[in-house]
Amino acid sequence: MKVFGQKPTPSAWFGLVVMAIFMVVVIFTPWLAPYEESANVGGTWDEPSATSWLGGDQIGRDMLTRIMYGSRMTIAVALAITSLSFLIGIVLGFISAVVGGWVDIFFTRLLDVMLSIPSLIFALIILGVFGSSIPVLILTIAVIDSTRVFRLARALGMNLSVMEYVEAARLRGEGLWWVISREILPNARAPLVSEFGLRFCFNFLFIAGLSFLGLGIQPPYADLGGMVRENAAAINFGMMAPIYPAVTIALLTVSVNLVVDWMLSIDARPSGAQAEL
Amino acid sequence: MIHDIILEIKGLQLGSVAGAVIIDKVDLRLKQGEVLGLIGESGAGKSTIGLAAMCYARAGVHIAGGEVILGGVNVRALDAEGRRDVRGKRIAYIAQSAAAAFNPAHTLMDQVCEAPLIHNIMTRPEAEAWARQLFRSLDLPDPENFGSRYPHQVSGGQLQRAMAAMAMSCRPDVLVLDEPTTALDVTTQIEVLILLKSLIREYRTAALYITHDLAVVAQVADRIKVLRHGKEVEEGLTDQILHHARQDYTARLVAVRGAAASERATKATVTPETVLSIQACHAYYGDFHVVKGVSLDVRRGETVAVVGESGSGKSTLARIVTGLLPPRSGEILFQGKPLPLALKARDKELKRRIQLVYQIPDVAINPRHSVLDSVGRPVQFYFGLGRELVSKRAKELMGLVELPVDFLQRRPGQLSGGQKQRVCIARALAANPDLIILDEPTSALDPLVAEEILKLLRRLQAELGLSYVLITHDLDVVHRIAHRTAVMLKGEFVAFDQTETIFDGPYHPYTEKLINAVPVMRSDWLDGVLAKRAQAALPAAH
Repeated sequence: MKVFGQKPTPSAWFGLVVMAIFMVVVIFTPWLAPYEESANVGGTWDEPSATSWLGGDQIGRDMLTRIMYGSRMTIAVALAITSLSFLIGIVLGFISAVVGGWVDIFFTRLLDVMLSIPSLIFALIILGVFGSSIPVLILTIAVIDSTRVFRLARALGMNLSVMEYVEAARLRGEGLWWVISREILPNARAPLVSEFGLRFCFNFLFIAGLSFLGLGIQPPYADLGGMVRENAAAINFGMMAPIYPAVTIALLTVSVNLVVDWMLSIDARPSGAQAEL
Repeated sequence: MIHDIILEIKGLQLGSVAGAVIIDKVDLRLKQGEVLGLIGESGAGKSTIGLAAMCYARAGVHIAGGEVILGGVNVRALDAEGRRDVRGKRIAYIAQSAAAAFNPAHTLMDQVCEAPLIHNIMTRPEAEAWARQLFRSLDLPDPENFGSRYPHQVSGGQLQRAMAAMAMSCRPDVLVLDEPTTALDVTTQIEVLILLKSLIREYRTAALYITHDLAVVAQVADRIKVLRHGKEVEEGLTDQILHHARQDYTARLVAVRGAAASERATKATVTPETVLSIQACHAYYGDFHVVKGVSLDVRRGETVAVVGESGSGKSTLARIVTGLLPPRSGEILFQGKPLPLALKARDKELKRRIQLVYQIPDVAINPRHSVLDSVGRPVQFYFGLGRELVSKRAKELMGLVELPVDFLQRRPGQLSGGQKQRVCIARALAANPDLIILDEPTSALDPLVAEEILKLLRRLQAELGLSYVLITHDLDVVHRIAHRTAVMLKGEFVAFDQTETIFDGPYHPYTEKLINAVPVMRSDWLDGVLAKRAQAALPAAH
């Protein structure tokens, strides 16, 4: 079987299958989840049972249900952040590369300033000032993340804008938007798509990290990082509760990475072969 | 004598990972001190055979069958370690682009000495002494200290010779020369060719000489093998291939080069109306004065060629006309009116009237656009036509450049080099231009394909009354389609006249040097040049 016209490796298969399961669960959570998102169905840290497969959380809600809703929330927010950061990063990066001159200098210096502040500190300050609502969270991390996308997009744009077909479009008199969207973007698609996967992972972990610190997604919404924190005390009693959300985070991150690695390897070796030595 | 044969390849087969046959049962034999020319168009498998002679296959290709016997040892039977020991030591490779083959971070001496040191056959001082001797026999400047330079500090021709020194560093039995002079200017090519020839003779090294240029290989090869689509067409002694080819394909290859002198552009298309007139233009890259006071005029229906070697400023002249590099002083008139110098200052109509065709069609059309997108866009952009009219016009244009209409749905990756260049020409024609600037339109193409493109350009000129400015280094092309020719040297025109006047003489000394440096399809041409030089040097010695 082929995916994107290529045969996946075994590790890529693993990643693809896990991602597909996550996708189904996340889209159909309200129908698939055994209980309501915040319904109390048992006692604190109940043992796993036939009615509650992964047991209960710190206030007696069903762990499996919470993980499903938590994944839904965290993945949705991470996707929104990554999409927004790519929109900002690609548009500004390509403009910088194609227009050059003062525009390029302005954007790259601005980028240097932003990169000189550690991103976690930057996020903590903004979220501390404006409060941690979901729109503020998305906007803040997207802006921070777009600096990385900007750098990649600018480098790709620089390489492509010296190609003769781009020069030909300029000679024809095409405007900036045509050059960016029709001449450069289609040729930068492959590296950008794999970068999207990687950035999604980073953002996913970043939100989980922020939630763990208490500045991410706020209760009553379930989210994976927050669940690790809320259930952390269970470790002291030798119970599994915080492990489940932690494993979920790891599982998704690893599988997205496996798929991206595979996609990057297709890119690097179009023929899928090595030189005979 | 059987041990006289130094390299023998039997039934060599190479396939791609996708399953295509790349080389189909090719045999070759090479005696000590003998040079075999491998010739064919791109995709014929010449380079693949050259690499396979070292039991090496590029990514995506694998050696499927056959034997490679080097000095009595079957190299294919060796393991990776055994093969590594053979490479560089017994058989060495000279690549086409020396600039890409040298590591810019190491001195030339380090790179030339590397192989003998790795193979443990010389000590460092021995290797350096041998390298200096090679530099001397390759006529490199200051051979004692040449090795302390870095690749960027020497010229292209010198770098190609340094690579020859690198290949000879272990005194190999066999040299594989893969288009060693193709990337060089004609006047440099002849020098490198002379030195490679004497090097091979001096050390009695056997060589596989890979090239697409029959006239070049005729100067160095004892025998020539003609390849096409990975199969052998024929093999014979050099003179026999040149004068009594058995196969039709070989005869056609030979004829392309021979046609130049007999066939000249007719004046029928030229009208008195001046389309473009450049007056005393000066252009700079930073402080570097590239174009120095050049004046040029082109009439409707006329082809004006600008010939020169790399660095002469001929491509800069094209950039001046297109507006990509506004000249610092001077004036350009287009159809009698002053042409704004910068591209930004020109309106859409002026941009439409001047079109450009690039040298390398692979990068001149967007690989993600279909042919219809590429050809249709100028129609839509300049004339604002709707979808249906655009596609109707695109079909007409395909007819003009002699491509099938269903090619409109293809991507550039599904076209050959010549077809891509036709798409580029169609894209230029889509704007209904008055003037087309042709920047080396055939130099990236195989000779037979280039021939077809030149014919097409001439036909389009006659049908549409186009004017061409042709930028090229190839005097053959100039002969065939240019009405007038300018010879450019270091940013200035040393001659600008009717093409036949330029070629029939009397010449400017530089024009003469250019004309004489073009290899002629005779096996004794290079020896003739050397004899002439020796004669010229004699009176000076007395």
